[in-house]
Amino acid sequence: MMFVGFGLFFVAWSFAHYQMGSAVRMGPGYFPAMLGGLLILLGAIVLLQSLALDGPKVAAFHFKPLVLVTLSVLAYGYLMQPGGLAIATAAAVFIGALAGHEFKWKEVTVVALVLVIFSYLVFVKGLTLPFPMCPSFIENCPIR
Amino acid sequence: MEVLDNLILGAQVAFSWQNVLYCLVGVLLGTLIGVLPGIGPVPTIAMLLPITFNLDPTAALIMLAGIYYGAQYGGSTTAILVNLPGEASSVVTVLDGYQMARQGRAGPALAISAIGSFVAGCVATLIIATAAPPLAEVALKFGPAEYFSLMVLGLVAATVLAHGSLVKAIAMVVLGLLLGLVGTDVNSGVLRFTFGIPELADGVGFVIVAMGMFGVTEIVANLEQQGKREVFTGKLTHLFPTREDLKRSWAPILRGTGLGSCLGILPGGGAMLSSFASYTVEKKISKHPEQFGKGAIEGVAGPESANNAGAQTSFIPMLTLGIPGNAVMALMIGALMIQGIAPGPQVMTDKPQLFWGLIVSMWLGNAMLVVLNLPLIGMWIKLLRVPYRFLFPSILIFMNVGVFSLSNNPWDCLIMSAFGVFGYVCVKLECEPAPMILGFILGPLMEENLRRAMLLSRGDPTVFFNPMAKPISFSFLLAAVALLVIIALPNIRKKREEVFVEEP
Repeated sequence: MMFVGFGLFFVAWSFAHYQMGSAVRMGPGYFPAMLGGLLILLGAIVLLQSLALDGPKVAAFHFKPLVLVTLSVLAYGYLMQPGGLAIATAAAVFIGALAGHEFKWKEVTVVALVLVIFSYLVFVKGLTLPFPMCPSFIENCPIR
Repeated sequence: MEVLDNLILGAQVAFSWQNVLYCLVGVLLGTLIGVLPGIGPVPTIAMLLPITFNLDPTAALIMLAGIYYGAQYGGSTTAILVNLPGEASSVVTVLDGYQMARQGRAGPALAISAIGSFVAGCVATLIIATAAPPLAEVALKFGPAEYFSLMVLGLVAATVLAHGSLVKAIAMVVLGLLLGLVGTDVNSGVLRFTFGIPELADGVGFVIVAMGMFGVTEIVANLEQQGKREVFTGKLTHLFPTREDLKRSWAPILRGTGLGSCLGILPGGGAMLSSFASYTVEKKISKHPEQFGKGAIEGVAGPESANNAGAQTSFIPMLTLGIPGNAVMALMIGALMIQGIAPGPQVMTDKPQLFWGLIVSMWLGNAMLVVLNLPLIGMWIKLLRVPYRFLFPSILIFMNVGVFSLSNNPWDCLIMSAFGVFGYVCVKLECEPAPMILGFILGPLMEENLRRAMLLSRGDPTVFFNPMAKPISFSFLLAAVALLVIIALPNIRKKREEVFVEEP
């Protein structure tokens, strides 16, 4: 467990290092390079501290909710254009709900339905956001 | 009485029916979302930011401020009824508030917290009205060097007051500064850190980062906690505090207000520090400290007033200097910028309607909180009983709508989820996301001021710390260094850790 923690630290901070390294080349940037240097220094301190001291364990990661919630957000974004508001919302709700402790089809369906109707009334009708309602292959969308 | 004239101007703006309406909607929405356990003011504001984009700047800020104290108050409600702090600043409210609820005195606890907040809000509004103009006048004389040093001080103070490792907090600030630089360089027009992705040319959207780091992360973190919530189920019989309660609370309310008002102005201060400090003070001077933690009304009255006062006065540095003292104010600055207003001392002179309207609306919003929330408490309790499995998909959808509506581009959703993952990793590694948001907002500002200062001094770095030529800049930097040194000393570090331990 401890090793995982160190590994994560290392990955997180060396990722930061990489960014800084390239900063000098990329930027018309005095400032980014300066900050980058500072970050390398701080990252090194954190790394050394975590190696030297037997700190508390890094809390366990729960990947299931993380992945599902992320997927849910992505589904919403990428289904909006081809699929329309209804499909995107429903997909996001279903994927997101899988991350919960209990998953009941009926309940989730109701939640999804309520949210689709709510989004339509409040965001599309009320705030007039330009969201497509129908999938893009239906040319003349009946719902406007 | 210039202050009075200004307040009258503000009142004219704030009491126009649209602004009253926006304030009302803000307070209601803020409370509604703030009541949900585990969602504090920062994610609430981040989530609701997109709603305000279509409004004019004054209305948008009035609404956001309303959302802020609504969320703050909602957090206290949750703390008292569910034994679960909605946010860091109501952690201490949980201690005595929930005990009061268990003794069947949830009504008085909620009422006292509302009354305390209102008193604090009134006083803090007056403080802002009197303190802001002279401060802004001073700030107008600041050159780029002073600004840069002030920002350094602000960021240092913010990290000092974050809990957890100091080094990590500073590292997060630096990371935030760097992320803030993504996009087109203002001076040379060169694209930086965009990796050839056209969407990154304008930089990473502030709202998106905030929603990812706070909203998405919050949901995931809540989902992994299996525990059942213990919701107060008894009936709220008598809402109003007894005369005895009032007698015991008025002094803590006043003390909390004073304490909160002072601490709120400090960079990095604000609501959380104020409530902790107030609780400690009340416990120290109370005649019966043994009652604390067992339902002492002072333990609710003091911190609740303090956190509201602190929340209000933390607007002062934001409005006058354009420098956010905490994550909420960073969001407010973000909102200002989105509205096309450059934050800084000139806001008060250029846009007096906005400035004074906002201040008067703070008072109005606090009054609304008392009037609205006492009758609505029953509704909030019902809301608390809604299982989280219904709530979180809804929150998720609202965030999606908000982000997607920014530019109708799925890219924004991708970035938000990326920051959600990053925020989750940060939480797991005990790196606070709040300092990063501060850095993110200040990054471009700092760079610009640094460049300007260097240009004016022809590359001479001593402009920042030459006590003769630039005494103000020098003293800011000195203060920043002093703060760092003090915190690094082992003795004080222990004390600081004690302050942030939940059980006093």
